[in-house]
Amino acid sequence: MTIQFNDESFRDDYTFHNSDWAIKRFPFPFHEDSYMYSVNMEQHKGGPEGSVYEMRFDVDEHYVSEMKDRALVLDQDPLRCQSLPHMTLAGWDLLELIMVSKSEDYPDLFELHRNGNQWRWINKPMGIDHSFTFMDETTLPYGPMEYITRQAQGDFVVLDQRDEMLWMDAGMVTTQADWSLDFDIGMNFFEWHAPVPKAHEMGIFKRALKFLLNIQQGAPARRLNWTMTVNPLLDTSPENYHQWGIQKTTLTPENIGHKQHLRVELQTFFRLPRSNALVFPIRCYLCSFQDLMTAPKWGRRLHRVIRDLPDELATYKGFIDNRPMMLDYLSQFDDGLPTSAGVWPDLETEPPLAK
Amino acid sequence: MSGAEKIQVKVTEITPLNELVTRFRFERIDGGHLPTFSGGAHTVVEMQDGGITRLNPYSLMSSPFDQSSYTISVRRDDQGRGGSLFMHQQVKLGDEMTISYPVNLFSLDLRARKHLFLAGGIGITPFLAQIKQLELLHGHWELHYACRNEGLASYADQLTDRHPNETHLYYDDQDQVIDLKNLLRGQPLGTHVYVCGPKGMIDWVRNTASADGWPEDCVHYEEFLAPQPGKPFEVRLAKSDKVIHVGENESLLEAIEREGVDAPYLCRGGACGQCETVVLDHDGNFVHRDHWLTDEEKAAGKKIMPCVSRFEGKALVLDR
Ligand code: HEM
Ligand code: FES
Repeated sequence: MTIQFNDESFRDDYTFHNSDWAIKRFPFPFHEDSYMYSVNMEQHKGGPEGSVYEMRFDVDEHYVSEMKDRALVLDQDPLRCQSLPHMTLAGWDLLELIMVSKSEDYPDLFELHRNGNQWRWINKPMGIDHSFTFMDETTLPYGPMEYITRQAQGDFVVLDQRDEMLWMDAGMVTTQADWSLDFDIGMNFFEWHAPVPKAHEMGIFKRALKFLLNIQQGAPARRLNWTMTVNPLLDTSPENYHQWGIQKTTLTPENIGHKQHLRVELQTFFRLPRSNALVFPIRCYLCSFQDLMTAPKWGRRLHRVIRDLPDELATYKGFIDNRPMMLDYLSQFDDGLPTSAGVWPDLETEPPLAK
Repeated sequence: MSGAEKIQVKVTEITPLNELVTRFRFERIDGGHLPTFSGGAHTVVEMQDGGITRLNPYSLMSSPFDQSSYTISVRRDDQGRGGSLFMHQQVKLGDEMTISYPVNLFSLDLRARKHLFLAGGIGITPFLAQIKQLELLHGHWELHYACRNEGLASYADQLTDRHPNETHLYYDDQDQVIDLKNLLRGQPLGTHVYVCGPKGMIDWVRNTASADGWPEDCVHYEEFLAPQPGKPFEVRLAKSDKVIHVGENESLLEAIEREGVDAPYLCRGGACGQCETVVLDHDGNFVHRDHWLTDEEKAAGKKIMPCVSRFEGKALVLDR
């Protein structure tokens, strides 16, 4: 399939939009009518054809515009991309992983030609055709991690693994849900997760860390996380809270359907071969409430999940104030009928809204 | 499925180095590239030994960036349960075998300004790959390698040839001993120490470094643990509702697998923690041999690492 890339913005006039194709494949994160934190990890070994899980690094219609948005953020704030000196080798590992995966998974969009250490990388959607020497930084315009993550959707955190612990020692973070690489750089797994409510007491982080330390080459894993964003903003960083935080107050019963977005992160985990580091790509998908409501099952379920979510989680995720307005809107799409198990929209089998 | 991903390989070279150590070269059956890896990684080699499937970990010693083949060196252990004997006596050129993707539990700390390697005997193998990695990355390192005698000093010649200034050799039969205390004191700030060899040597290095005020996270070690034979014993697997017999020459993990029960593992050497199993009940004594459980956990008798640890007594019930 060739992808039609949207020309759209994630700021100012917000022309971001999802095609029908993008809505159908949206990674709806709730497999049942309620939600609580859990160690929700599974192998990242493909998925149904066309789904966001199918390829190692999903490329969709937002690719080109997301990369433009990333370049804008980096222009204004270069500290969104940082790599401690010992992480350069991991950067090359990541560059190789992404180039090999994308050229194999999307041969019509990306090509990689390797002759020993002489590599040629062709990125057709972004109009790049670049020859360089693998492992020689002087042949790239940026460091290897920055070079390749300026061409890959989603944030990337690269973790060094030492002493049975993961350390946030490098990253490219411009599409984050209110956390800061500049603040977290050098921290360990427990330190950067400190603000999360409930999960520590539930023992989730201890078990998750043990799982991550044991992720092996050739056996990547994945999980989903989610939050809420008013307006299709990719860059909801603490650094720019003054710009996007106030937009939460612009929500009205009239505009909520197109302004309020469910923000889902497809998080994957790959062991990197030469450095033994771990890379954590965090891919952000946005979908407006009104687009989600086109799947009756998702409408019913989202209402129930948001209604029953513990206050601590709604507060941490930053939508406790807007929750009553969200529920007013969502309740119109909940007729009380049961929902089928699993995350898929099941458009053919789920009954239409009986209301 | 348990363990790391698998790779089908064939044996393309068997090179005896001395009376105890033989080197094996593996290449992919399909002719493709093997994954790159990081120095210090091991692979788990599957052996079909009569009725028993043995899975033994061996350090990869070839260059981590060489994707055409992997090499390992196997020291024959005449007292062992037979994994190394199988490699020495049964494996022939051209044989097809299954190995795992590389797994690294002994990786370099890439922040180190200098890497100080201390090897005892066959413990040299992970350092061979780490040295190749550091040479490519222009890292700063030094090796102190102790062996029983010159004849058993695998790869000593090649190391002194290529790296005469970095390599230091010590032979037990000539009463040469690493002057550890002074060696550690003379290291520049930012040095990391790595030790691989027999248990006594690892303890000696860790204790000496600790007494000298070295932070724990600057001292790295890998001990070659192979499951040891022991008295046979019976185990009840509560979840699978089975009573199984663990023979003298198999590990508890191997016995569980033989019974068709899928149990997690990675290193099979008591280091990674993957195989940790809850003990529901016991009447007898544990023979804990892993590096994973803390001394308190071992004393509490609520967990066991079935890849290397055993049990002696009347009854053992596991949550598996
Ligand atoms: C090594 C990879 C990981 C990185 C780099 C990472 C990073 C982060 C960061 C930066 C935050 C935001 C914390 C804040 O408020 O400042 C977060 C939140 C969180 N993380 Fe992770 N994380 C990782 C893996 C995991 C895993 C494996 C789990 C599995 C359970 C997990 C569970 C969570 C949860 C539940 C939250 C709260 C999210 C929310 O409610 O929106 N994380 N993580
Ligand atoms: S398998 Fe690694 S500790 Fe048992």
